[in-house]
Order: sequence, then structure tokens, then C-alpha cells
Amino acid sequence: MEEKQKFTVSVYTENNIGILNRLSAIFLKRHINIESLTVSQSEIDHVHRFTFVVIVPETQIRKVVGQLEKQIEVIGAFYHREDEIIYQEAAMFKLSTEHLYDEKIQNKLKLRRAHIVTITDRYFVIEATGLKDDIDRLYERLKPYGLLQFVRSGRIAITRPKMAISELLKEYN
Amino acid sequence: MEFSYKKCEKVRSYKAVPKFNIEKVKEAAAVINKAKKPFIVWGQGVIIGEAEQEFKEFIEKTDIPSASTALGLSALETKHKLNVGMVGMHGNYAPNVLTNECDVLIAIGMRFDDRVTGNLNTYAKQAKVIHFEIDPAEIDKNVKTDVAVLGNVKETLKEIMPFVQKGDHKKWLDEFHKLYEVEFEKVIKDQLQPTKEGLTMGEVLGEINKQTKGDAVIVSDVGQHQMFACRYADFIKTRSSVTSGGLGTMGFALPASIGAKMGVPEREVIAIIGDGGFQMTIQELGTILQTEIAVKIVVLNNEFLGMVRQWQELFFDKRYASTVMKNPNFTKIAEGYGIDAHKVSKRENLSKAVKDMLESKNSYFLEVVIEKEDNVFPMIPTGSSVSDVRLS
Repeated sequence: MEEKQKFTVSVYTENNIGILNRLSAIFLKRHINIESLTVSQSEIDHVHRFTFVVIVPETQIRKVVGQLEKQIEVIGAFYHREDEIIYQEAAMFKLSTEHLYDEKIQNKLKLRRAHIVTITDRYFVIEATGLKDDIDRLYERLKPYGLLQFVRSGRIAITRPKMAISELLKEYN
Repeated sequence: MEFSYKKCEKVRSYKAVPKFNIEKVKEAAAVINKAKKPFIVWGQGVIIGEAEQEFKEFIEKTDIPSASTALGLSALETKHKLNVGMVGMHGNYAPNVLTNECDVLIAIGMRFDDRVTGNLNTYAKQAKVIHFEIDPAEIDKNVKTDVAVLGNVKETLKEIMPFVQKGDHKKWLDEFHKLYEVEFEKVIKDQLQPTKEGLTMGEVLGEINKQTKGDAVIVSDVGQHQMFACRYADFIKTRSSVTSGGLGTMGFALPASIGAKMGVPEREVIAIIGDGGFQMTIQELGTILQTEIAVKIVVLNNEFLGMVRQWQELFFDKRYASTVMKNPNFTKIAEGYGIDAHKVSKRENLSKAVKDMLESKNSYFLEVVIEKEDNVFPMIPTGSSVSDVRLS
């Protein structure tokens, strides 16, 4: 059996209704779990970018990307190994204000590139960005203080090599 | 609300035909020119791409034995000297066995469906694989390709012509003929010249061939009769075989035949349907009544879900669970819809029954009572290699 790896899949699509459903169905059909998913506008007007993270063998991701690309509204689909991308996740933590002046928390925030975005008399909110492991570590550290809420985004990634989407679009036109 | 239809001329992100690469064409030609035992498997891409003429010129110049997938049938006339039949689970003996002996396998407009390949681990491992294909996602999906030629086969086959040499593969073609003889003795003879009392599906198709001379559009449903139709129907024109292929939906043939007849009203359209599948879309008889469309319906009735029964017989100790059919009176139902209906169960009446059906200017229903427990062979059991195809 070929070994599974973590791949980040970037899919550039038209901004139409229902694409998410069809793209995720391609993963579902093959029983691939989507570890993370982020959708946003891309650098090109009216073109959206999906970022999937999946753990599969490379032969499989190659076929999946072929199937993603086959969808009519998909402009281009690519997969990247971990060393081919720069990636980040964002997270937010809501804690009770009683811990606000705790020195230990203050020190942790300095180390973790995290900062406080809101303070009220009852709670305060910390925002952090970083690799998945950084967020995980911060989560573990803050957990003992009683997290009122915790939320994190999916992975967003920029590739080291060029993404020639504009060229692809020109070719289509 | 005012509605005006605006035709969609283009979708920006959609490109149906990938750019073809002349270097790949040359590379493919070089491999073909060196081949001692080349073998072509073509699929529906030849028909959808309207590349029948280009395909024929290509195989005639290179003199390569060619076999069809179920959906590729009729792209090349059945009697063409290089047409060696159909590949796949119930395809012909020679092309299946020799898939594992050829040195170059040329796939044209086909996708290596599991019914074609059997066990992928033993499929054409000895051969270099050339794949002419319009959909990039199909390349290397099931079978690893040595040379992939992307593009519409109508274009790529035209492009490759100047680079391929005139071939002569008579000896290699003879190997196909020898294996055809084996298949004829063990399988085909019993179908076309049966000695047992009951009618065979093969002889019904044989009779239709004889009377239509292969000029009819044969629409088949899903099951044993479908494989008999694919195996035994003769075709002289392209777009003459309509079947559901990988979709594999019982109930396909009746509505599909209505569509086929509407598409080519000048041609004879004959739906070949099993007694199981017929009831799955039997309400379409109402469409026939309403549109007065002159389709010919042949129900091959063996009172079984025959394909499943065959598997139960061969692999499950004849445990005929849920495959025995208790059928209604089909001819009465057809008559209820205003369709001329006849039933035939004896060999001596078959020829006349088919003749009456073909002479009718209107829709027509013919029920043929078939030998109950007949099997369709050759057969590649699931998980077996194409070269382990069974003749009995």
C-alpha cells in the first residue's frame, strides 16, 4: 500500500451556487475525509478559491484532482505537498475577564503571536494565527482557564510556485 | 412574467476538448510502427466524436485487429475484416484472451471500465498502452498508460495518419480467427443453430439480423438479453446500438427506443428487452400510444431475472433467490395501449413473427418465449483476469 500523506488541494472556480456540494461529493464518493476546508475570493475578480486538506496516497489525490477539474465551473485544480506551500490557520479564544491580568496568559500570548482583540467586563477574546500545531499548543495552554468558546478556521495556503490561473483563463477565452 | 430564451454559447471555465500535442502523436506512432502484435480496443468516443471514418482509415492502414467495448459497437461494421468482436465480461473469446498477449494495446475513446478489464492487476501487463482520450481525468485512472494522446479522436486519428506506416499483421489476425473458431464451436453454434427445444436469445437476434440485414437500430435493456444483443446483433451502420453501458439501468430500453426512433424516424428501431426490465418502465407504452411512434419491441421472456440467475447458478449453488419472475400477460397489456402484439414460443414460427413485426408500419410488440435457464458465455467472473474467460 502506498503511504498516505497530507495534501493541500487548491481549486479555482467560478462563483456559482452549488459548486461546494459537487466538489465535496467527489471526496465523499471515495470515502476521503476532508480535514479542513476554506472558501474565499481569490486574487482574480469573480474567481473563488477552495482550499481542501486531505490525507491520502498521492496516486489517489492525482485522480481526485482530475475529477475536480472536470467540473464545468472549475477553472483549475492543483494539489500540493506540505513543502510546496506556506500555510496558516486562524483561531479565536473567549475567556472570562477574571484571567485578563494573569501574567502567565500574558506571557503565552507574547510567545504565540496571539493578541487580545476585545475586552469587556465579563470576557475577553484572543486571536491567534499560526500552524495547526501552534494553535493546538495554545489551545492546550489556555484550556485550564476554562474556555468559554473556541473556534478555528480551516487552512489557508499560498503556494511557493506560481499559480497560472490568469493564463488558464486567457486560454479558455 | 416575460421569458425569453437566451442560448448559452460558452461557459468560461469549461473546455471540452484539451489541446492535443503533436509530439505525443508522433510518440504513439513510433510505438505502433514497431509493434508486432498490436491490438486496438475502441469505445463510444469514436461515435460521439463522429470519428468513424478516421478510425476505419487508421486501422486499415495499420492493419491492426480491433475490438469494441459494448458502447463502441456499430462504429465499425460487424463484418469488417479487422473487427474481432467485443471485449469485456461477456465479450468475445479472442479479444479477451489476446488482450494479455498483444505487445501494444491501443485504447481509442474508451475508459477501461471494470467490465472491460476484469482484474486490473492482470490486465495487459505485458503490453505498452497507448490511450487516445478526450478526458484528461481518464488517463492513468484505471490502467497505466505509456503514451497518452489527448484530444478528440476525430482530430488525433487524422493527425497520426502521416506518421504511421502501412502495417501487415495477417499472422496475428489469424490468432484471433483461430480463437473465434473455438468460441464458435463451444458457444455460438448452440445459440445460432440450437438443438434443444426452447428458443435461444442468440437465434432471435440471428433472425433479426437476417431480416434487417443489420440495418436496424438495436436498443437493449440490461441483463442477459443485453449481452446477447451486443454479442449477436450485426451492424452495418454507425449509431445502431443503444445501450446503457456503465449506467446499467434496467428499464432503459423502452424509453430509449422511443427517443432513438424520434431521432431517426426513417430507420427501423428495435428494442430488445428482458421480461424483468420491461416492467420497470412499462408506463412508457403510454408515450407510444400518445405519440404513435413506430418502435418495435421484442421482449425475450425467460421468466427470470436471467443475469442474476446465471450468477446464482454458477456461483451460488443454484440458489434462485428473488430471480424467478411471475409475469403478467404482456401481449394483453400492449394491446391495451393499442399496440399490435404477438407471442411466439416455437422455432418454426419465429421467422414469420419477426417478418410480421418488421413489415408493420406502426408500433409492434413481440414476446418471444425463451429457454428458461440459458446462460450467456463467454464470461469473465468478477475478479478474474481477461485471459481466464470461461466458455462454459
